[in-house]
Amino acid sequence: MKNNKRSLRKKILVGLSHGVLAVLSFVWLIPIVWVVLTSFRGTKGSYSSTFFPTSYSLDNYKKLFTDFSVFNFPQMMLNTLIIAVVSCLISTFFVVSVAYTLSRLRFRGRKALMNAAMIIHLFPGFMSMIAVYYIVKMLGWTDGPMLRVAMIAVYAGGAGVGYHIAKGFFDTIPIALDEAAMIDGATKWHVLTKIIMPLSRPIIVYTLLTSFAGPFKDFMLAKVLCGPNKDYFTVAVGMYQMLEREYIDQWFCSFAAAAVVISIPIATLFLCTQKYYAEGVSGAVKG
Amino acid sequence: MERAKRKQPSIHTGAIPALRNGSAIVRLSAVVCGLGCIVRKQFAKGLLYLVAELLVILYMINAGIYNLKKLVTLGDVEQQKIWNEAKSLYEYVDGDRSLTILLYGVITAAVLLFALLLIRSSVRSAYAAELLYKSGKPVPGARQEVKELFNRNLQKTLLSLPVIGVLVFTILPLVFMMCMAFTNYSVTDNKLVLFDWVGLANFKKLVNLNGSLGQTFWPVLGWTICWAILATFSNYILGMLLSLFINWKEIRAKKLWRFCFVLTVAVPHFVTLLIIKQMLQPTGAVNVLLQSLGLTETPLPFFTNATWARVSVVLINIWVGVPYVLLQITGILQNIPQELYDSARVDGAGPVTTFRKITLPYMLFVTTPYLITTFTGNINNFNVIFLTSAGLPRPVESTAGKTDLLITWLYKLTIEKQYYDVGAVIGIMTFVTLGIVSLITFRYSGSYKNEEGFR
Repeated sequence: MKNNKRSLRKKILVGLSHGVLAVLSFVWLIPIVWVVLTSFRGTKGSYSSTFFPTSYSLDNYKKLFTDFSVFNFPQMMLNTLIIAVVSCLISTFFVVSVAYTLSRLRFRGRKALMNAAMIIHLFPGFMSMIAVYYIVKMLGWTDGPMLRVAMIAVYAGGAGVGYHIAKGFFDTIPIALDEAAMIDGATKWHVLTKIIMPLSRPIIVYTLLTSFAGPFKDFMLAKVLCGPNKDYFTVAVGMYQMLEREYIDQWFCSFAAAAVVISIPIATLFLCTQKYYAEGVSGAVKG
Repeated sequence: MERAKRKQPSIHTGAIPALRNGSAIVRLSAVVCGLGCIVRKQFAKGLLYLVAELLVILYMINAGIYNLKKLVTLGDVEQQKIWNEAKSLYEYVDGDRSLTILLYGVITAAVLLFALLLIRSSVRSAYAAELLYKSGKPVPGARQEVKELFNRNLQKTLLSLPVIGVLVFTILPLVFMMCMAFTNYSVTDNKLVLFDWVGLANFKKLVNLNGSLGQTFWPVLGWTICWAILATFSNYILGMLLSLFINWKEIRAKKLWRFCFVLTVAVPHFVTLLIIKQMLQPTGAVNVLLQSLGLTETPLPFFTNATWARVSVVLINIWVGVPYVLLQITGILQNIPQELYDSARVDGAGPVTTFRKITLPYMLFVTTPYLITTFTGNINNFNVIFLTSAGLPRPVESTAGKTDLLITWLYKLTIEKQYYDVGAVIGIMTFVTLGIVSLITFRYSGSYKNEEGFR
């Protein structure tokens, strides 16, 4: 009898817990659901008298890809893509070399370098960016293709400082592998290219994917560097602009559509990086 | 050990002992870079040093000395209008531009620093070559040195490009920016083209409680610190609770629940933040929903009332941050050795005790560095504030709103209002606070000390 009562209470508790989780998930998912619904909303304008749309259509998407009068969304996508591809290649190269060096090579000044990197990390990245903005403005690059170079430089130039995750990965590869190869007469370069690199696929892919997604997610840097120059807007800046007072009525639903369009690839990328991240964290050499 | 070192001078010695112990040629290498190498038949290396030195000297003569001279006053020639008789119109003659002068000055200083490093390196390699020569060992030639760059000196090869990248695109701009803190480069008194050094005046203005700037600075600093503490710990604690909750063995469909939360991390933050901002507007979706349900008559002042706005941004940050913490902590929870729990259960420990004695200490040990980085990240959390409340509500007489952090205030002062000097000071102040806090905590955290603990 007593046992029965206890198990009943437990059942209620478990049921309640699932209820709480459901409510929490609802709270967390509702903005996403709302934006997806809004992107298909038939009525225009930022204000809607109902929470859920009353009619649905694909016009918002059509407008996004055909109406270039104010915002050229495909151009923004292209801008972001160019910057993302170039800067992810450069920054992956930087990150992997720094992480490998700091993890597996021992030399004078190693600790000093790590401390310096940590200090640089503390500066608001924003601060050096403002300085780059002055420099770019001074050089007159704010309205020419050189703006892209400047943006890539800011995204990738200092990437070497963010080596921590990759270093953690290299730290897990047993040092005995290197030693065995060196006894067999391999140089350190051979150890890097023939032994470590083949084992490091997960972390290289992880670094590539995260730095590729960077320019798609960043808002602040692109906003400062682009200023009002619409030809070089990245997606984030353009979408922010759509919500400015003078455009919001016309473009709000298209903003929602853009949010959906941009979120699907980035979310997929993110879920992929999680897989590689998990692979990386669990170590390169198993057993 | 010490004695052995003294008897046999090391090749890898610093430049000063090398100058003291080396021959005249080593000492001359400080003036004519590469001389020591050339004498010891390391021609390629020696010539490289020499060419580099000549380039530095050429630069200094052509531009460097002029730049440094200008840097002292930051320029004082104003733009002039001169009457041109022939064309009968006014012509503008360019004056000095302080910003350009400052930038070139910083670059010249960097070149001088490079020259110092060059001299140091030249002396050291001259000394090393001399030692090898004296002890009868072969002095490595160019080919061998290049080979070593891929073996024993691999770090030099791998690090050179990334370090140059950081120097040029992070450190040089930072120094440039910091210099502005000591000038009066600002829209006030029209100092946008020509400005001067003012020493610590800006710092004084900012700290002064009676000035208008000081009256803004201290409240903003206070709110920034409050915000960072609230944001960091609310996320950490709630994320941990949620993670433990989902991890509870009675909960079904763990993966589904986790996926629901992780999905919000996958969507770019600027998108979700802008969406939430729209939803919380007076005519936004949330107010529409609440009003149609009859829960409130008037729209709730999410971003228009100071207290509401502050609570809103903290809540929004919880919404944004908790899934992220969940993601991180779930991994850690699964890494805690199961034996610990098993033996605790054998010893008769209840769930509360196991949490207090095993889960919590383990978690704290692993996540201290993470906590510190989130703390610094939150002090510099531009997006959550700028994209939602944008610092509002703002009192009319102030440049900063009630939810402005130092970093968003910095943005407003520099990019929007052109008070560049004060902006730079705020940047430095942010860094100093952060630097002190995190350097101390980092150095004493377990994972910094036991970097190789588990190898």
